[in-house]
Amino acid sequence: MDWLDWVLLLSRVVLVFAGLLVSVLLLIWWERKLVADMQTRIGPNRAGPFGLLVTLADGVKLFFKEGITPTNADRPVYLIAPIISLVPAFLAFAVVPFGAGITLFGREVPFQLQDLSIGILWVLAMGSLAVYGVVLAGWSSGSKYPLLGSIRSSAQMISYEVGMGLALVAVLMYSGTLSMAEIVDRQDGVWNVIPQLPAFVLYAVSALAETNRAPFDLPEAETELVAGYHTEYSGIKFAMFFLSEYLHLITVSAIAVTLFLGGWRGPVFDVVPWLWPPLWFLLKVLGMLFVYIWIRATLPRFRYDRLMNFGWKLLIPAGLLWVLATGALVVLSDVYGRARLFRWTAIAVAVALVLSLLRPVAFPGRDAGRAAAREEAP
Amino acid sequence: MSSQEIVFVVLGIVGLGAAVRLVTARNVVHAALYLVVSLAMVGGTYLVLAAEFVAFVQVLIYVGAIVVLLLFSLMLTRAPIGREALDNQQRGISALVALGILAGLAFLIQDAFRDARIEPDATPTGAVGVSIFQNFVLPFELVSVLLLAALIGAVVLARKDLP
Repeated sequence: MDWLDWVLLLSRVVLVFAGLLVSVLLLIWWERKLVADMQTRIGPNRAGPFGLLVTLADGVKLFFKEGITPTNADRPVYLIAPIISLVPAFLAFAVVPFGAGITLFGREVPFQLQDLSIGILWVLAMGSLAVYGVVLAGWSSGSKYPLLGSIRSSAQMISYEVGMGLALVAVLMYSGTLSMAEIVDRQDGVWNVIPQLPAFVLYAVSALAETNRAPFDLPEAETELVAGYHTEYSGIKFAMFFLSEYLHLITVSAIAVTLFLGGWRGPVFDVVPWLWPPLWFLLKVLGMLFVYIWIRATLPRFRYDRLMNFGWKLLIPAGLLWVLATGALVVLSDVYGRARLFRWTAIAVAVALVLSLLRPVAFPGRDAGRAAAREEAP
Repeated sequence: MSSQEIVFVVLGIVGLGAAVRLVTARNVVHAALYLVVSLAMVGGTYLVLAAEFVAFVQVLIYVGAIVVLLLFSLMLTRAPIGREALDNQQRGISALVALGILAGLAFLIQDAFRDARIEPDATPTGAVGVSIFQNFVLPFELVSVLLLAALIGAVVLARKDLP
């Protein structure tokens, strides 16, 4: 590596860092506007055009607020907890490829911070480090509601990490590589979301739980726990928790797009050809974010025991089954060829569909009988 | 010294310092955090040896799962909010056990490698998988059965309603 490589790497780091910060500012505004629209309110509309500067104003306000440390707090841990929750969210983005790359000064510049050969593992490791921020914040505050919130959320995050890991295992078995750039390369024909639909659903749900957002926002359930693990935080430290939640949301969506929705792939036109892949990537990430915000505006919070049952009794067994099925799929397609396997699957699905349509014709009495029984029941 | 050796020495010193603080810390949660630093330094050593896969598995399993579970169970059971000394007064025995393990490991490693020099070169993840599931499949399965036994044992201990 000579100095030009270092300059290019450094500029990528700065670009991604600044880009993430700006997109968090915009995302918070977008979320508030969208949720307001869904609830027929107006939403933020004072600071700047369409209220665009509302997050900036909030940030400035939080910067100038007094930082209060509770008397009972464990000071060093209390101070590093927000940093620990922020750093993994940034780092996880390092392996996400957000474009095809361009040639600058005669060398290939990938649109990715670093293509690690063990990219998926990096994502998982960073996800597992994120738990520390919540756990330590709750414990070090020296107060009971944060402690309750952090115990809950560590249980939740540990449980759903398993589900997320299983979804990622299925993808890496199907793609046969751990590198994010290569996973995008393998999706030039069919996006992974089609053959790996169950893994996608599993990932989307458990990723939502990992980011602690509604309907999985039990760590900060305001009706029960004041504000959960960050109750005792104020000013800039609170802002860091807020920032890290939205950063996690962006990172998780970007990883979902990379692993399942073809990453930066999309039609490229002749006008500024290098700009299209990042544009497609951005659009897909916005789509994922829209769905997550939509879910937040729609679903009420889980009850705690339901949450645990859902994670352990539904998501994890389903994930294990799907990993087994993916293994069978990979071996079968090695033996018989992927094209023939796809044809057989399509035929099987078609036969099942036709049979299910024919069922009321073939057994006319059965459904009617069941409906009658349901009506008779008290 | 090559740059690799310098990094190794730095990682070793930080890891050792954290390990010493781990056993001398007055607060269990602080001890757990020193354990995180110590384990992360071990992961860093694997990175110096160009074993990326092992290094990140170390972070994922030890830092990300085991210590988190440790913290979780600490909070769920004892919840030591604030400064609370937890000490089971068995320093002599534990020092003895630790020294014994150190001597045993040092002897084994010295005996196994003698003065062989190992050039660190990047192992592809596939090769790690192949060596686990072909050459070392029996130990791997044994460990799985052991873990399953521990799991069942924990369930049996935890359930009070069983006869």
